[in-house]
Amino acid sequence: MEIPKSFLGYKRENGRAGTRNHVIILPVDDISNACAEAVANNIKGTIALPHSYGRLQFGADLELHFRTMIGTGSNPNVAAVIVIGIEPKWTKRIVDGISKTGKPVEGFHIERTGDIGTVMKASKKAQEFVMWASEKQREECPLSDLWISVKCGESDTTSGLASNPTVGNLMDKLEPLGVHLCFGETSELTGAETVCAKRGATPEASKKFMKTWSAYNDFILREATDDLSESQPTAGNIAGGLTTIEEKAFGNFQKIGSCKFIDVLEPAEAPTKGKGLYFMDTSSAAAECVTLQAAAGFNIHLFPTGQGNIVGNPIEPVIKLTANPLTVKSMGEHIDCDVSKILSREMNLSEAGDELIKTTIRVANGRLTCAEALGHKEFVMTKLYRSA
Amino acid sequence: MSRTDLIIHDEKDNVAVVVIDKTSKNQECTGWIMENDKTIKIKSINEIPLGHKIALQDLKEGDTILKYGHDIGKVVKSIKKGEHVHVQNVKTKKW
Repeated sequence: MEIPKSFLGYKRENGRAGTRNHVIILPVDDISNACAEAVANNIKGTIALPHSYGRLQFGADLELHFRTMIGTGSNPNVAAVIVIGIEPKWTKRIVDGISKTGKPVEGFHIERTGDIGTVMKASKKAQEFVMWASEKQREECPLSDLWISVKCGESDTTSGLASNPTVGNLMDKLEPLGVHLCFGETSELTGAETVCAKRGATPEASKKFMKTWSAYNDFILREATDDLSESQPTAGNIAGGLTTIEEKAFGNFQKIGSCKFIDVLEPAEAPTKGKGLYFMDTSSAAAECVTLQAAAGFNIHLFPTGQGNIVGNPIEPVIKLTANPLTVKSMGEHIDCDVSKILSREMNLSEAGDELIKTTIRVANGRLTCAEALGHKEFVMTKLYRSA
Repeated sequence: MSRTDLIIHDEKDNVAVVVIDKTSKNQECTGWIMENDKTIKIKSINEIPLGHKIALQDLKEGDTILKYGHDIGKVVKSIKKGEHVHVQNVKTKKW
């Protein structure tokens, strides 16, 4: 198949391109959710991103909070942002961070105004933003403007046999065309960590990966009260035939094809070394991982599933593929790309990779994903430890 | 090409994955090795559902399960060739 050289995206002020054109209402903290949701309810075409954190965090955990907030607002799938927080200082820090992209952003704080006054002021600005954004048109963008993140979920053995290698096949075909790629799931590489480390494009990248994996593994060993049964692998994984974390890890690892990763990113850290594959230190929980990848600037997500994970994200479209024929049959409304014919050998991996490329470009051009049509907007901040 | 009942990732693997709805007792199964495109035959002892693993050889306690050509865990209860391989007889070496 000849791979299309372009897609239709929204060009942004900083030179990036979006596959979506969202105006978001971003609460800085948990207690500002009500205001943010009220604004989104007032002004049609905006979306609020409520979450559970943002108060009394400190140190690396606070830095991650800011990085995720600023990164989410800065994502090219977002046209404009309203930031609402309880206090002026942290609100301003997030507004200042997002404004570096050149996109419209305005902050509002609730103290000394109250919810009702804040909702009124923020709604007026949100209306202005959404009407401005509604005039943006899709334009032809080079394929290299796609930043593709990947994560698998509710995996089973069909993931490692077929749907994950399909993603790997897409990576092998699109990497030479200059796209950015990102995989994560630190804990779910356990058992395959030394094989994964060898995929570092440089000795530094390999070393950084092993350091990151070891730190996560030490944390799990410290906190674990049993053998992690039903957590890793999950009960769903086991029902689907996966027996051990090692088996899950080698299946997971198929997603990167034969690519090498050029750098290891902190959670929600934007890549800075140019095109190519990056590894990001993330949890293996679906919504946490996708939220971090979206905050790093990735604008389209590929999500292979076995037993049928249904996750979505408010700003980054999440494309589901599966090779499990039972999942296609019982949960077809969640599956954007069916590659189950690989198991019956009626389709080979390269054909499956081509199908996934076609689906990816259609979604990049604006076709809704199943998760978008079904209203999945899971926005889940990663918290590193308890607040002060 | 006859129907493929099982897929094996790597020639070194001692387990295969069931890719049909389920195997039946004493079914003569056809397995396809992805790595080298070879075909093998093996008799399934149990009913094994889609996605679950079948042993390609007799395995004893302490043996290593190989899939993708790599170590994916240890045998904790002996397994016969053709038997269902899962959490009842295999455990992680990690965690």
